[in-house]
Amino acid sequence: MSVIQASPADAPTVAIPAIRVDNLCRHYRMGETLIRAVDGVSLEVRAGEFIALLGASGSGKSSVLNLLAGLDRPTAGSVIVLGRDLARLSREELARYRLHTVGMVFQSFNLIPSMTVAENVELPLRFAEVNRSERDGMTNTALARVGLQSRMHHRPSELSGGEQQRVALARALINRPQFLLADEPTGNLDSRTGTEIMNMVREFNQQLGMTVVMVTHERALAERYAERLIHLADGKLVSDEPNSRAVSTEPISTASEGSLA
Amino acid sequence: MKLPDLTELALRNLRESILRNSLTTVGISVGVASLVAMLSLGIGLQQLASRRLMKSGLFDTIVVTSRREPRNFGRDEDRNSPPSADSRLLDEPSRVELNRLPNVIEANPDIRFATELRYDDKPYLTTVAALPESSQSTDAFESIQGHFFTSDTAPEAILQKSFAAELLGRPHNTGANETSVSELAAPLLGKELIMSYAQRETSPNAPAPAVPGTASTLGSENAAASYSVVSRQQKLKIIGVVDLDPESMRGPTRGRVFIPLKLAESLHVMQPTDLRELSSSSGDQTLYSSVSVRVKDPAQIRATEDAIKKMGFNTFSILDATRSLQQFFAVLDLFLGIFGSLALAVASIGIVNTLVMAILERRREIGIMKAIGASDLDVKKLFFAEAGAMGVLGGFVGVALGWAIGHVINLGTNIYLRRQALPPEHFWSVPWWLVGAAILFSFVVSLVAGLYPAARAARLDPVQALRYE
Ligand SMILES: Nc1ncnc2c1ncn2[C@@H]1O[C@H](COP(=O)(O)OP(=O)(O)OP(=O)(O)O)[C@@H](O)[C@H]1O
Ligand SMILES: [Mg+2]
Repeated sequence: MSVIQASPADAPTVAIPAIRVDNLCRHYRMGETLIRAVDGVSLEVRAGEFIALLGASGSGKSSVLNLLAGLDRPTAGSVIVLGRDLARLSREELARYRLHTVGMVFQSFNLIPSMTVAENVELPLRFAEVNRSERDGMTNTALARVGLQSRMHHRPSELSGGEQQRVALARALINRPQFLLADEPTGNLDSRTGTEIMNMVREFNQQLGMTVVMVTHERALAERYAERLIHLADGKLVSDEPNSRAVSTEPISTASEGSLA
Repeated sequence: MKLPDLTELALRNLRESILRNSLTTVGISVGVASLVAMLSLGIGLQQLASRRLMKSGLFDTIVVTSRREPRNFGRDEDRNSPPSADSRLLDEPSRVELNRLPNVIEANPDIRFATELRYDDKPYLTTVAALPESSQSTDAFESIQGHFFTSDTAPEAILQKSFAAELLGRPHNTGANETSVSELAAPLLGKELIMSYAQRETSPNAPAPAVPGTASTLGSENAAASYSVVSRQQKLKIIGVVDLDPESMRGPTRGRVFIPLKLAESLHVMQPTDLRELSSSSGDQTLYSSVSVRVKDPAQIRATEDAIKKMGFNTFSILDATRSLQQFFAVLDLFLGIFGSLALAVASIGIVNTLVMAILERRREIGIMKAIGASDLDVKKLFFAEAGAMGVLGGFVGVALGWAIGHVINLGTNIYLRRQALPPEHFWSVPWWLVGAAILFSFVVSLVAGLYPAARAARLDPVQALRYE
């Protein structure tokens, strides 16, 4: 995993993008009508970048993110991640890609309600067939990173929205993936808690070198955290510009740096 | 996913909707229970039947006859085997040889002759048969009134029930108002019988022409051969009366009066065989009309029979009867098994139903698992594990339940039997293999039932599953 964990400082190596999306299309056929959820999107993501996908509701943001996550297959075009075309991977290979290469967080947290916090975070390790003896330690480290060690035996329903999203973040990074794909991670949270979560995401980006692609419709949030803003409308890419206003130098704790790497 | 994780998650999921899954599992248990109860009844009945037959001493007995007298014994031996060079005389050396064959417990000559018995100074013509000591343990002598022979040479007699009735001058009527054995035995036990018989004495004189005719009309007047026949008498003490039907049996128990084997041998009674073997050179040797061979393992009876045939004798055993009995029970077990499985099949539809419901309920959960990296196979395995866990749990509970049901039925029937003054029977049996097989079967049936739900869960599209709340 560490082989593909480039740091943002490696600017000259942009020649090989971490993600390369080429003329990506995702169409849905609803009877007679064809819905072009994603319609010819091309973009590149460098390793270590923090990107925000912006656009109105229904513009195709989630669809693009799901295609990047290997949860869905494109109707046309290609998604090449670290040199591998996701469209050509088998279902099994896609599952392994989701397990090891990407971590996902959602607007609605998507924790499993019957499992405790620790069990939710541990779940990807079970799919990865990590030994039982190593799992507890990894789960603890991940929970420590999001500051929820004390709640590990609680059920998700006993946690606040912000805490649940922190659990989801811990679960997303437990297998040390290179990419963090977030679909409106603050959409269900008040702005204070949202900021807390966003700080955490930036921490992952800067300290762990994770490449972040975040879907949001809050322009302010995107401008504060993302290095690049990509606008979608009706499934098409309208603009792709670097964000000079990103406050990447905000003082953050570096105490836990490298503890997961 | 590894098996421990799989089981853990499956059990956790089963606990989540405990009521529904318990009901499904109860359904499986009932199915397994009915299967176990049915089959254990079939097996129990089979064991009861073979126990009975085994005890009768018929199943483990091979009757050996010489090929030189094909008409003597009966209808069952190979008629088409000619008295060839390999046919042998059934004499003492061959009996000893038979005795030494593997799987043979003992080989005893069948001595049976028609003769006159005097009781209370009245003559009775009847058939006397000799019994080896081992007969004592057979079923037939279990209900003896009085006791078995005190020794193998004791001058004692055991009477067959109908003959006892004849001695007492009572009509022998079968049916409900049949006189009981003990009633017949009381006045007879300890009394004396005088048996007149023809003793065969070797005399190396001129050979005489063979006497044609049926062998059973034996009289001492017919004796005019390479040996002489002397009329003798033997006193016998009545020590027992048994309830045996002399016509229903083969082998040594075909008689109406029984005497110890060694005693019978020492008497050298003129037997039908003697007339047929007049021309043979072995005039000085006792020839047996037939020898009963008891085997250790009835399952190996065919091999032993073949060995005896190779020695040059004809054999008869009721192996064929066993075989058709086994066939009958195989068919019975099959039918009971099919009826038992029916309930399990119905229960397996319950599994399909429960799991399909679980998929609908856990759509989102499946979507989440796939989003965080579960493969189709992981999801499939998880549903299989749930189906399998229900199968195994249902199997265990079902076996216990089936065992209990069978036990209760057995108990109830025995209470009924006791009321009818009949001895209790153990006609129901759950062997270990049935326990194992039932649980395994339940497991396999559950997995099969889980095939469709598991495949459906694995195919679930995560994007769709996560799309709607
Ligand atoms: N399975 C589907 N079948 C039909 N149409 C679909 C399907 N999934 C998405 N769409 C359509 O594709 C378009 C893009 O959807 P998408 O969820 O990507 O939008 P979005 O930008 O994420 O919107 P939001 O901000 O509301 O989440 C929408 O018009 C939606 O109705
Ligand atoms: Mg969306």
